[in-house]
Amino acid sequence: MDQETKVIKVRNMYKKFGDFIANDDLSFDVFKGEIFGFLGANGAGKTTAIRILCGLSYPTSGEIEVAGFNVYKQRELLKRKIGYMSQKFSLYEDLTVYENIRFYGGIYGLPLKEIKRKATDLLQRLNLEAVRDTRIGELPLGWKQKLAFSVALIHEPEIIFLDEPTGGVDPITRRQFWDLIYEAAKSGVTIFVTTHYMDEAEYCDRISIMVDGKIEALDTPDHLKEQFNAETMNDVFLRLAR
Amino acid sequence: MSTSINIKGIFKSYDSVKALNDISLDINQGELFGLIGADGAGKTTLFRLLATLLLPDAGSIDMEGYDVVNSYKKIRNLLGYMPGRFSLYQDLSVMENLNFFATVFNTKIEENIDLIEDIWKQIEPFKDRKAGKLSGGMKQKLALCCALIHKPKVLLLDEPTTGVDAVSRSEFWQILKKIQQYGITIVVATPYMDEATLCDRVALLDKGAILQVDTPQGVVSTYRKALYAITGANIYDMMLLLRKYEFTESVFAFGQELHYTDKRDEFDTNQLQHYLKEALQQDVLVRSINPNIEDCFMALSIQKNK
Repeated sequence: MDQETKVIKVRNMYKKFGDFIANDDLSFDVFKGEIFGFLGANGAGKTTAIRILCGLSYPTSGEIEVAGFNVYKQRELLKRKIGYMSQKFSLYEDLTVYENIRFYGGIYGLPLKEIKRKATDLLQRLNLEAVRDTRIGELPLGWKQKLAFSVALIHEPEIIFLDEPTGGVDPITRRQFWDLIYEAAKSGVTIFVTTHYMDEAEYCDRISIMVDGKIEALDTPDHLKEQFNAETMNDVFLRLAR
Repeated sequence: MSTSINIKGIFKSYDSVKALNDISLDINQGELFGLIGADGAGKTTLFRLLATLLLPDAGSIDMEGYDVVNSYKKIRNLLGYMPGRFSLYQDLSVMENLNFFATVFNTKIEENIDLIEDIWKQIEPFKDRKAGKLSGGMKQKLALCCALIHKPKVLLLDEPTTGVDAVSRSEFWQILKKIQQYGITIVVATPYMDEATLCDRVALLDKGAILQVDTPQGVVSTYRKALYAITGANIYDMMLLLRKYEFTESVFAFGQELHYTDKRDEFDTNQLQHYLKEALQQDVLVRSINPNIEDCFMALSIQKNK
């Protein structure tokens, strides 16, 4: 992690839907190569904030910069510098593995030659060369998720947003997935991740916990446990969100 | 204790995929029984067989003395089923949904209100809201009310806590413990290994087969290796190092610890500690610990796939 370089800068971010304040004065920074855990109960306002940071929704007010771009005026430039993956939205089930790679590479404007090179490299790394021409729908969930993660990195984004990436997978595959996260972070990609698995929260460099639209805590897992006098992140979470 | 559900030699395939491969299982009356496994383990297929919505390729299931294939109409009356996907009527209100399910089962809300009262109190303020407009947690509570409104003998819950935050999950389990006091047999599926400890007994499912059936304490007590937790500043580097270490049998990240087993029957933890300290130039602590359900699940699954 490079604590000199801030890749996400958020100051006094508000998002209101009528009378409802979904994001209530959020301020935080995320550093280059950091694994940043973005936690909160269902309905706390995480998805709203992520949509703003990804350039999909305007904040009501606040100063927000992502990958050096302003979320009001430079949304299209911003989108080229970020990747996104969630369990709900990832790859197209009725396209083959290679077709998905080509599709996403194409969307981000990579030349076909480069897409081909990257596809070969990516499939080799994941040991999935044998299923290059298999439809995604036929693959086990764990393979799909690893593939979706790598595809979300195909345009070499500075930041990748992972929205509950590991829901439902078996414990071994879940850990293999975190290997990929660590690897990407080591290479300088910033990871912005939400999860309901509290042991995964402990793998993050820093964690923020949202409650009712506000960030109630933000620190390293160790400091949070100290601050709340708790044994595990689960205890910290229960104490704050209950 | 008498048997509520008797599952004998069940096989079920979809084309070439073996979803369930020789499953046999007895579940007792009034038991809170957990089916623990990841996506693709076969949990939903087993539920659909129990709920008379699917026919097995081979084997038989008895529920409360009735065969699920031949007496499916009887079974449907004594069964409450909450599928994994929200399956209420989104364009009916909360109240209309509950009334609908009560009517279908030929009963009235008032007759069994005591059973659902605690949960109902939480959603009653929204009773005129359309079900589709409820938050995730509220939808889940309404679905549970609808599954219980005819006071079933057996309650099947397919991943009720998936994607639900830690606070709502813990509330949901408290509700289940209460329902259990009415003598209802509860079968609940979950991919969260930590929830296994909240069940009376569990079956660990992996790729269509049962790895183990026991109480949570029983599962843990059958773990055969000595298990160690290793802590230090840089967990990831330590894990990479241990993967290459000649005596490592298994090493997995668990929050801010690594869980480690050694190939040798006996070894000196100080020596391992020293080795890691030297290699990584940081403080390292190795200590013996008791395994949890997740340790057991991974060990059993690796053993099976060998």
